[in-house]
Amino acid sequence: MLFQDVFSKWPMILNGVWLTIVLSFVAIGLGLVLATALTALRSLAGSWAGYIVDAYVELMRNTPFLVQLFMIFFGLPQIGIRLNGLEASLLAMTLNLAAYATEIIRAGVDSIHKSQIEAGLALAMTRWQVLKHVVLQPAFARVWPALSSQFVLMMLASSICSFVSVQELSGTAAIIEQDTFRSFETYIVVTVLYLVLALSFKLFLNWLGRKLFPQVSGLARLTEAHGEAA
Amino acid sequence: MQTFGWPEALFILRSAGWTLALTAIAFFIGGAIGGVFAIMRLSRIRWLRRFAAGYILVIQSIPVLMVLFMSYYGLSALGIELPPFLAASASLSIYVSAYLAEIWRGSIESVPRQQWEASASLAHTTAQTYRHVILPQAIRISLPPTVGFLVQLVKNTSIVQVVGFVDLMRAGMLVNNATYQAFQIFTLVGAIYFAICFPLSRLSRHLEKVMNASRSH
Amino acid sequence: MPAVLIEDIHKSYGSLAVLKGVSLSVEAGQVVAIIGRSGSGKSTLLRCINGLETFQSGKIEVAGHTMTQDPTKLRELRKDVGIVFQSYNLFPHLTVGQNIMLSPRITKNVPQAQALALAKEVLAQVGLSEKFDSYPDNLSGGQQQRVAIARSLAMQPKVMLFDEVTSALDPELTGEVLLVMEKLAKGGMTMLLVTHEMSFARNVADTTIFMHQGLIWESGPSKEVFANPQTPELANFVKAGAH
Repeated sequence: MLFQDVFSKWPMILNGVWLTIVLSFVAIGLGLVLATALTALRSLAGSWAGYIVDAYVELMRNTPFLVQLFMIFFGLPQIGIRLNGLEASLLAMTLNLAAYATEIIRAGVDSIHKSQIEAGLALAMTRWQVLKHVVLQPAFARVWPALSSQFVLMMLASSICSFVSVQELSGTAAIIEQDTFRSFETYIVVTVLYLVLALSFKLFLNWLGRKLFPQVSGLARLTEAHGEAA
Repeated sequence: MQTFGWPEALFILRSAGWTLALTAIAFFIGGAIGGVFAIMRLSRIRWLRRFAAGYILVIQSIPVLMVLFMSYYGLSALGIELPPFLAASASLSIYVSAYLAEIWRGSIESVPRQQWEASASLAHTTAQTYRHVILPQAIRISLPPTVGFLVQLVKNTSIVQVVGFVDLMRAGMLVNNATYQAFQIFTLVGAIYFAICFPLSRLSRHLEKVMNASRSH
Repeated sequence: MPAVLIEDIHKSYGSLAVLKGVSLSVEAGQVVAIIGRSGSGKSTLLRCINGLETFQSGKIEVAGHTMTQDPTKLRELRKDVGIVFQSYNLFPHLTVGQNIMLSPRITKNVPQAQALALAKEVLAQVGLSEKFDSYPDNLSGGQQQRVAIARSLAMQPKVMLFDEVTSALDPELTGEVLLVMEKLAKGGMTMLLVTHEMSFARNVADTTIFMHQGLIWESGPSKEVFANPQTPELANFVKAGAH
């Protein structure tokens, strides 16, 4: 078993790690923005908007991420939209994460009792202020553990983008394996790297949660929820 | 270049059958292994607990793709070459075992502490307590998340082509390579996955409502 | 030989001392009420008697068994010592009848037909024969508690422990449970009850024990203890009414 062949490719591996991180963070950022917009749309625009958002969420959660990725990469060109592997991956990850995040945020928003909103309005807050301070901020705090789990799962799911030749960590592994024929060694190294990435990311998110939502950090630890895979 | 017609569609549908078979096998074998790990996770013997916790943590912190590659190339390194269906079943079973172990451990721990006390006070052994009091309740509690996980499993079978198995997804890709009608093909493939997953998702949500109703007394 | 013999029990949770040297002797057929504030150690003491709580020093002998942590011996002890909990703790996935029959069948190997007859008999004793096939969540709190009593009785215990069994019930439901307990007392069962029901303690219990800060502060015949408290703590407690 020779790890040397694999270790000698460390610049490539590092690039792969970097791309995984960048891809994940950008997709998570954009996905959260989209999810917040969809949540707001759902509660402000009436029931037809709610149905469309629900349909989108159900579609994304009940089909494999790979199918969604291929639809964007191979299917869109048929109607004139041609994206490269990286662009398609980013779009697919964003849309996928947004669906899960919408659902998680919705659960958080639903858990805010109507009486809280009434109290805010009674204190002469505008509807926007109530939405921001009384609904969204506590809702996010409450579902931060579930959201964190989903973010970590999304980062792990970025491995599937290797199917469209993106050289994130898994894509890099495939190339190294082809070059060196050291399949087992390559994948052990990459697996360990994913492990380190996932655990570090989890720790970072826990820390971030404590910084952003100090008032409920104890509650957050107690109500650790399950996430779902992409 | 072929056109995307009935023979191609049927090929895709038949492969969907293989996806279902793979899901069922991985679920049952993975479930059995997961049950063992759940018990280990709850054991009083420290090293058993830690070993199970470590196993679960590792598998839950790496992509399913890596679980597939690690088990496939790991076995290769030991000199064992499995045919694609067995390789896919084995790797997916490992993936399933970690997630179900965690779900089931959580379910057992959700059974109220007082049930343990009441059972012990009636002079039951630990085994009797598990069999007659704790497990029946834990199983009920575990149904919604277990069915929910089944949905994840179905979706994750979409990558088993990396160990050479032709499942629903691979069938779609093969037809795409021949016909280049990706939009129609992956719409069909997506629709089939949806037809399998959506009812399961609904079932899981329904089970959760039933559970919450019976618990609020 | 006393039915229950507690000798100088000391128990701490870490650095917090909960029982600071408790001794007590209960004869067969005696009914003992244990009263006191929350945190006085009364529930902890009761739970020591069937091994749900451990203690650091002292000795407990109950129904001819010596308290031990050896699992087999502890199980034998628990066949002779019944306990009824504040939150009833019935098994929700079993019917009332199944709840009652389970333990005799699996711990004493009582055959099915005999277990059935026994279950019906104890259920009749608590006045709930018609609920044999009902599930616990279809019963009121008072009914569930009576089923819990029947479940313990089916084991034919020599001593029964009651841990604040009416505290979680709505006021109109406590009466039916207290009635069952009174019947048991009159029938000669050895009973130890932690309770907030002062009139029950005064009228039905032979002896009342007042616990305070992990010690038995006062004890004696019930009517005496309530009529003539010897210490200011008990006097204040009785005056406050229940808690």
